[in-house]
Amino acid sequence: MKNKIKNMTDTNILLAITIVIFLIMYLGAVVVLRSGFLKPQTFFNILNANAALLITSCGMSLVMITGGIDISVGGVVALVSMSCAVYLDYHDGSIIGSVLIALAIGLLFGAVQGFLVAYLDIQPFIVTLAGMFFARGMTTIVNTTPFNVASEAFVALKNMRINVPGLGSVNKMGNYVSAYVEPGVIVALLIVIILFVILRWTRQGRGFYAVGGNRQSAMMLGINVKRTKFLAHLICGLLAGIGGYVYFLHVGSGSASHASGMEMNAIASSIIGGTLLTGGVGNIIGTFFGVLSLSTIQNIVSSVGLDEAWWTGITIAAMLCLFLVIQSVVLARKKRT
Amino acid sequence: MENNSKKGRRGLLPGIFRNQIFIPIAALVVLALFNFAADPSFFRISFGLNSAGNPVLSGYLITILDYGSELAILAIGMTLVTAASGGQDISVGAAIAIAGSVILRVLCGHNSRPEVLQTPIIVAFLVGCVVAMLFGAFNGVLVAYFRIQPMVATLILYTAGRSIAAWINNNELPIISQPSFGYFGGFIPGIPIPTPFFIAVGCMIVTFIVLKFTTLGLYTQSVGINESSSRLNGLNPAFIKFLSFVLLGLCVAVAGLIKVSRLSTINYSVIAKDIEMDAILAVALGGNALSGGKFNMASSILGAYVIQFLTTTLYKFNVQSDALPAYKAVVVIILVVMSAPTVREKLSSLGKKIRNHEAKEVSM
Repeated sequence: MKNKIKNMTDTNILLAITIVIFLIMYLGAVVVLRSGFLKPQTFFNILNANAALLITSCGMSLVMITGGIDISVGGVVALVSMSCAVYLDYHDGSIIGSVLIALAIGLLFGAVQGFLVAYLDIQPFIVTLAGMFFARGMTTIVNTTPFNVASEAFVALKNMRINVPGLGSVNKMGNYVSAYVEPGVIVALLIVIILFVILRWTRQGRGFYAVGGNRQSAMMLGINVKRTKFLAHLICGLLAGIGGYVYFLHVGSGSASHASGMEMNAIASSIIGGTLLTGGVGNIIGTFFGVLSLSTIQNIVSSVGLDEAWWTGITIAAMLCLFLVIQSVVLARKKRT
Repeated sequence: MENNSKKGRRGLLPGIFRNQIFIPIAALVVLALFNFAADPSFFRISFGLNSAGNPVLSGYLITILDYGSELAILAIGMTLVTAASGGQDISVGAAIAIAGSVILRVLCGHNSRPEVLQTPIIVAFLVGCVVAMLFGAFNGVLVAYFRIQPMVATLILYTAGRSIAAWINNNELPIISQPSFGYFGGFIPGIPIPTPFFIAVGCMIVTFIVLKFTTLGLYTQSVGINESSSRLNGLNPAFIKFLSFVLLGLCVAVAGLIKVSRLSTINYSVIAKDIEMDAILAVALGGNALSGGKFNMASSILGAYVIQFLTTTLYKFNVQSDALPAYKAVVVIILVVMSAPTVREKLSSLGKKIRNHEAKEVSM
């Protein structure tokens, strides 16, 4: 058994820790707070509310695997939702047009930041910090006041539900209510699967790990380090754009204060999911569980009755701190043996 | 003969350009010229009485001196952290909220709107210092001993800080009615220059004495330049990184006192918002490498005032405060792109090409 643990790769150890902690937490919630957490719909609601976070976290993990970081994602999400809202309501735009706007904003941020980080060798944190402030500022410039989108086609899309067969529950009136997910969740799960496949089985995917693990040796293996880093930021930007649209679809409004702190949650989810800040180690499945753990703990905090806004911030920070320390200890131990 | 004079000029100019402090000075001159061209009334300083009946100076320049001072104090700590750890602390805004909240809490006791102060201001300030230094130490431990990247380690406090600040005061908004508390962020009766400037000057003097007579500056730079060779030379790099974060905590407490004194109250979600960006910008504008190593304190401090100059200029042109970050972000990007090694190499090789070309033409 001990040998087995020793032979596990960093990725697998951290992934195992995450999944175990998530299961303990969810089962604990089911046992202690029976009522809510027993229903499958509670689980689906967590997914519905956090589909955007899941998408941006996937991008974040990818960038972190190459050894960088992107803290502009929250700002990009806010900018995307505001721009799409303005386009739909003030300019009578179409759904297709708004999706294209979201993708364009995401790609633009990804490309500029990726260029600065990869080809000009500027610290990713500084570049994306500037990106975050730029996106937040631009959101206010696009439109100052928050408003709900009234466009009919959009509202229809927003209210679309996809029923999950077999997992419904009987409500107090005795009627059967089937469980549902929003379209955003399907998009998010597709992205998780695609990214997982790319990272595990393609040449470019392994390149991301190689660059993050050791830049020098990746270069000697003939990997184009700069292009790989650029690509990681580009994909992260694109996913931030998609995540922005999914977020927009979920809340249905534009506001400069949307998704505040989302970059933090995305980083926290990636770290909890076992992605190392130093690069080279990480797993998209881990990120998926990271997002679930984070949102479950938020749900637990609010259902226990600590409803004040500050508790969420403090619990997430405490959880992040715990995982950072666990990582640091696990890796230090492994190095010694 | 002509050749000689040319050489002399070439030798002198790069000398000025290469000096770090040239960057903030150049930025200051550009901003000042821009303002002068757009509206010379920017530089007008008027003398009058404020609402309390004290003689005060007012004008855009005084505003810069006033608000730039708290930034300058933060820039001192941020420069040390940047130099030692090669990363930045992004939790300073949240830490200011905590420090301010603690100071108000100690001053007010249990009542959130006291008639008289429950404790002397100096005691409250010292408690604020200790708490801010403890939070600095928390960041320092994560960075120095757990080896977490500084910006990610401080992200923890960045998220939780404002919540903690609200929690310290049970989410109440204490208001101090005693006028003497307002002196630190406003004016002392009879002195027409804003007090924060004097506090900043005091901090600068202390900093320069410390840097001049202790080895702190030298050790910090050597840890920033090469950690392992500093260890081989008998330094303790982890402790020096830790120390830089604790010192930043002290700077945060001073800035926090000024901030809460300005309003005599606190707004947890707004106080010192986005100030971390300005502080980092001040260090970058001072020409210090954001990846650590050598630093120039005077340059950073001047950088802080230049940033405030920029902010005040933007405000004057009716830029909304929420939109400010977008403009500043552009400045940051221009700055970091200009100081990126690859860009510098390209520029200097371009310069050489032009010079060679000129030389060829002359020889032809």
